[in-house]
Amino acid sequence: MPTTKADIIAQLQKDILLLQGHQPTLNNAAVDVGLGPLREAFPGGVFPTGYIHELISMGAEDAAATSGFLSGILGCLMQEGGICIWISTNRMIFPPALQHFGIAPDQVVFVDVSRDKDALWAMEEALKCNGLAAVVGELKEISFTASRRLQLAVEQSKVTGFVHRHQPRQLTSTTCVARWQITPLVSEQEERMPGPGFPSWQVALLKMRSGKPGTWRLTWYDNRFHIIPEAVTALPLTPLRKIG
Amino acid sequence: MPTRFIAIWFRHLQTDWSIRRQPELREVPFVLAAPDHGRMKITAANIPAQAQGIDTGMAVADARALVPSLQVLDEVAGLSEKLLTALGHWCIRYTPVAAIDPPDGLILDISGCSHLWGGEVPYLEDIRSRLRDFGYDVRAAIADTIGAAWAVARYGRVTPVVPPYEQQAHLLPLPPAALRLDPEVLERLHKLGLYQVGSFINMPRSALRRRFGQGLLQRLDQALGMEPEIPAPLQRPEPYEERLPSLEPIMTATGITIALERLLEALCRRLQKEEKGLRNARLKCYRVDNEVQEVSIGTNRPSHNSRHLFKLFDQHISQIAPGLGIELFVLEASRVEAVSTAQEALWSRAGNLDDRMVAELLDRLTGKIGAGIVHRYLPDQHHWPERSFKQAPSLQESPGIAWRTDRPRPIRLLAEPALIEVSAPIPDYPPMLFRYKGELHRVKKADGPERIEREWWLETGAHRDYYCVEDEKGQRYWLFRLGHYDVDQPHQWFIHGFFA
Repeated sequence: MPTTKADIIAQLQKDILLLQGHQPTLNNAAVDVGLGPLREAFPGGVFPTGYIHELISMGAEDAAATSGFLSGILGCLMQEGGICIWISTNRMIFPPALQHFGIAPDQVVFVDVSRDKDALWAMEEALKCNGLAAVVGELKEISFTASRRLQLAVEQSKVTGFVHRHQPRQLTSTTCVARWQITPLVSEQEERMPGPGFPSWQVALLKMRSGKPGTWRLTWYDNRFHIIPEAVTALPLTPLRKIG
Repeated sequence: MPTRFIAIWFRHLQTDWSIRRQPELREVPFVLAAPDHGRMKITAANIPAQAQGIDTGMAVADARALVPSLQVLDEVAGLSEKLLTALGHWCIRYTPVAAIDPPDGLILDISGCSHLWGGEVPYLEDIRSRLRDFGYDVRAAIADTIGAAWAVARYGRVTPVVPPYEQQAHLLPLPPAALRLDPEVLERLHKLGLYQVGSFINMPRSALRRRFGQGLLQRLDQALGMEPEIPAPLQRPEPYEERLPSLEPIMTATGITIALERLLEALCRRLQKEEKGLRNARLKCYRVDNEVQEVSIGTNRPSHNSRHLFKLFDQHISQIAPGLGIELFVLEASRVEAVSTAQEALWSRAGNLDDRMVAELLDRLTGKIGAGIVHRYLPDQHHWPERSFKQAPSLQESPGIAWRTDRPRPIRLLAEPALIEVSAPIPDYPPMLFRYKGELHRVKKADGPERIEREWWLETGAHRDYYCVEDEKGQRYWLFRLGHYDVDQPHQWFIHGFFA
């Protein structure tokens, strides 16, 4: 029996989420994707696993930032030797770099197809297989119908799916639970250290079902995400210097 | 019950075939000839030609002198092999094990077959009369061993059917050539006056070996049945094979599906019992018009899960053209491996690469889209970025060395480094600005160079000096300069990847 006001409100929020069709993740305490600072945005304060997430990127640099952010999440999902199927129509991922984001590259199975149609079919088949930690699809266009098929597949298997749409013609509506857009940020270096710093991104959550969209500034080091403090005075840029 | 063999000897295989094609040649003397050392040499002669003293090995010019009306046809290369193979396949109606015996014979293993024709004599008579009806001049004999049957078929005078265990008595009056010996050995036997097998069969073995070599003893033992001789059958029986004949020709996809399900059920039950799993399987559909339709599948790991295998086949059923109907389905497992019975994990949150479901998923993907789409990578001991990882040969292979993380590597790499325009201070400072795809990037932060030498034992070319740079928008790139600065030629800069 809830006693305090806060408990009552929390319980009510949970009930509302259920009514809105949000299935709570079964073992939600076990899955932590390391997006601690973004917790407020997610329904129930938990990163929705077992759903389809959509990531949008326009330029090649955005695609790299998106891949990095995605790899960070995957690294958390693929703990305990889970494996990931990475389906792409035009693969540019450099496998050895995945290790920087906490993924063992040999735990990723790449499937290279030539058409979006094949990629979607392969993704649907992969999402039906509940022996996987995650499925990533890199493609250009996904129709509403196709996204619904993917959603139906994950509802059975509870596998988390990521659709990385690179240079889509237009942002059509999909059934995906979230839509992310990641762009690179100028990295910050402490104490006038030379060279580029840790990967830094502006993470925009454009759409979040039963959640609160928003924008955050994140960086990745020590194998996890960190939020970049807002009030940071821009450091004077280090002069170009030869190192090594 | 001893094994029984038939040896069939086609006395005029090639000329009989020519007569079958051109019946007007039956009564005229003709020969087949092939060029040999600048002259035409006779390789086969028909009966009228042989009656006039023409034999194989003669020059055509000599034969023409004997018989001016002689017709000479060109020999077709490889004809006898092809004919024997076709005849051997035809003989499978008599026994499942038919083998060819070049240049002019067939060997059939008829153990346990002849009673279906009412005994060996009618059986042999049936084969002989049918082959004669085709126009082939044949002699055939039955014996316990291939050697004895061969000898009696070619040199026997008494009876073509040698009763079981009596091959020695039948071999005694035959000439040594009946033992399939080398010409030198035959010549030596002939010189010594040994014109019959019986005249040397009881000599001491050591003396025979010393004078005529091991070959003679081996042939003798094979003919007598003391050393086994196994023919190489034309149609190798697949050890894992299931057949399903259908009463009515099957023409619909539903029918094929049902047939396939039954075959897979039977095959998988057997594989399961023997703890085997199939890697490759082939479904052959024999149509009423003698066409054979085939579809085949492959799996990443041995499987005896009939539902999974059915799914793999299901993707190909539409490729089967039933035509007027299929009357026989044959499912062959051409590659079978032992399956390791994995211990079931009671509860695991995420599967791993040993998971049967993952292997089955990848089978389905390759089955539908095509082979060579699934890649998995392992670290390789190279610094050169393109060679720093290698394709894993199997799903179970684990990395032998650790993945390196001590150097920055871009998350996305261009398949081919792209040429960029750069202004950079010499000698080896990072660029100040560069232009890629028409867009100008001002470099604000840079790190490097990291020099990566080309591995000279693999390929030649200049080294690369890599720089990590970040432009004013925070976009991070991996650039490199190819080789040293040189006065003669302009230096080249490339973009190779994008950092996250």
